[in-house]
Amino acid sequence: MTTLAQPTYRKRVGYQATLLGGIALLASAVLVIADLQTRDTIAERRAEDFRRTLEQVLPAQMHDNRPQEDIHTLRTDDGRSLEVYRARQEGRVSGVAFRVQGRGYAGPIHILMGVDAAGEVLGVRVLQHKETPGLGDKIEVNRDPWILSFDGLSFSALPAPRWAVQKDGGPFDQFTGATITPRAVVNAVRDGLTLFHAHQSELLQRAPDAPDEPMPTAIQDSASPEPPMTSPPARNLPEIHP
Amino acid sequence: MTQSAKALLEDYRRLFRDGIWDNNVVMAQMLALCPLLAVTGTATNGLGMGLATTFVMVASGLLVSMFRTIITPEVRIPVFILLIASLVTLVDLVMNAYLYEMHKALGLFIPLIVTNCAILGRAESFASRQPVHRAMVDGLAMGVGFTVILVVLGAVREIPGSGTLFADAHLLLGESFAWMELTLIPDYRGFLLMILPPGAFLALGFILAGKRVLDARLAARTAPAAAPATSS
Repeated sequence: MTTLAQPTYRKRVGYQATLLGGIALLASAVLVIADLQTRDTIAERRAEDFRRTLEQVLPAQMHDNRPQEDIHTLRTDDGRSLEVYRARQEGRVSGVAFRVQGRGYAGPIHILMGVDAAGEVLGVRVLQHKETPGLGDKIEVNRDPWILSFDGLSFSALPAPRWAVQKDGGPFDQFTGATITPRAVVNAVRDGLTLFHAHQSELLQRAPDAPDEPMPTAIQDSASPEPPMTSPPARNLPEIHP
Repeated sequence: MTQSAKALLEDYRRLFRDGIWDNNVVMAQMLALCPLLAVTGTATNGLGMGLATTFVMVASGLLVSMFRTIITPEVRIPVFILLIASLVTLVDLVMNAYLYEMHKALGLFIPLIVTNCAILGRAESFASRQPVHRAMVDGLAMGVGFTVILVVLGAVREIPGSGTLFADAHLLLGESFAWMELTLIPDYRGFLLMILPPGAFLALGFILAGKRVLDARLAARTAPAAAPATSS
């Protein structure tokens, strides 16, 4: 690439292959080192970030355990499994947090919601979304307080059919220029509460002292018989891409 | 010594003039339109993308220029792409680990930098033929030029689109920059078109046309001014 005449050995295929291979090797070596150096820190930061979000939907004063480590895998009626993080006060489950998904304007909206033992919403936070910047991203708590309007709501305060944005006759504000996004969030949270009520006994009943014991088979609230639960496998914190 | 330093400064000044106006990545070379159109919904996003790109451009200028004597023309393109892609991955990893909050705001844009053909373009047409210091200054100048157009286009779209300027700057730059956030039109209902991609095409078209007009005016003004000077 210089203006000087190229030495003849550079024209050989061997030189070019060595050059390309050498640089590829160098680049991969640097990336491997960088990955090893940063992997633990990144995992730590993500876990910390998730813990902070979890803390927002399961307030610290209502538990004395570490909800991010108290994971129960719930088998839902449609056969999927859902990780539920449980907050305990002196061993009793005082609240649970789990993920729900809304169908937004530009793909799924991943939401983490916390519900207390009585079925009252403790908090809702958006973990990840692809909504239009400047319009739909008002569902993020650090951009707009809208998402806080769920706090303290329950089906006894607001019956399930009334969970809708104002445009659909409900009490929730929509954003100017964006109705689909808040509608998706409202529906997702409503579905999350429905799910909570359907599995309330399972979520709240489990004895804290024997967390690895298999679940009893009969669950009164759910319509279909559930397969016996095995102990939840030990797992790392899930990846978050906020 | 001072003579050569002055010549060097003059050289750098010309490189910056090139990067920011005469040979601007977007306005003159028409490159990097994909990231440009994708992220300029707000001026803040444009600024973030611009800063990340500038860093990668300077670093890729350094690397490509360092390796320029051993790289042969036949394999230069894969080598350049390899260097740029590794660099971007490196930036992504390091930012994710040590600048986590900033990475959350900018993370979306970093992988997009690889698709920025302007970086490969500068590696190919400038850094691979120039000494390290000039290659780095050119990278900086081109990066700054790109940042300027990103912020301008972001502002042009954001003001009619949402009635704000530099919204959410504190998420990108930290709480101390919250003063940058302006609400120009309170209780504005928003003009959706400007925020969506078609608005980017429209606004960019007007900016490009504006630059052409300005350049033509400048040329017309300097030409008659120069003509009497030479005749007299």
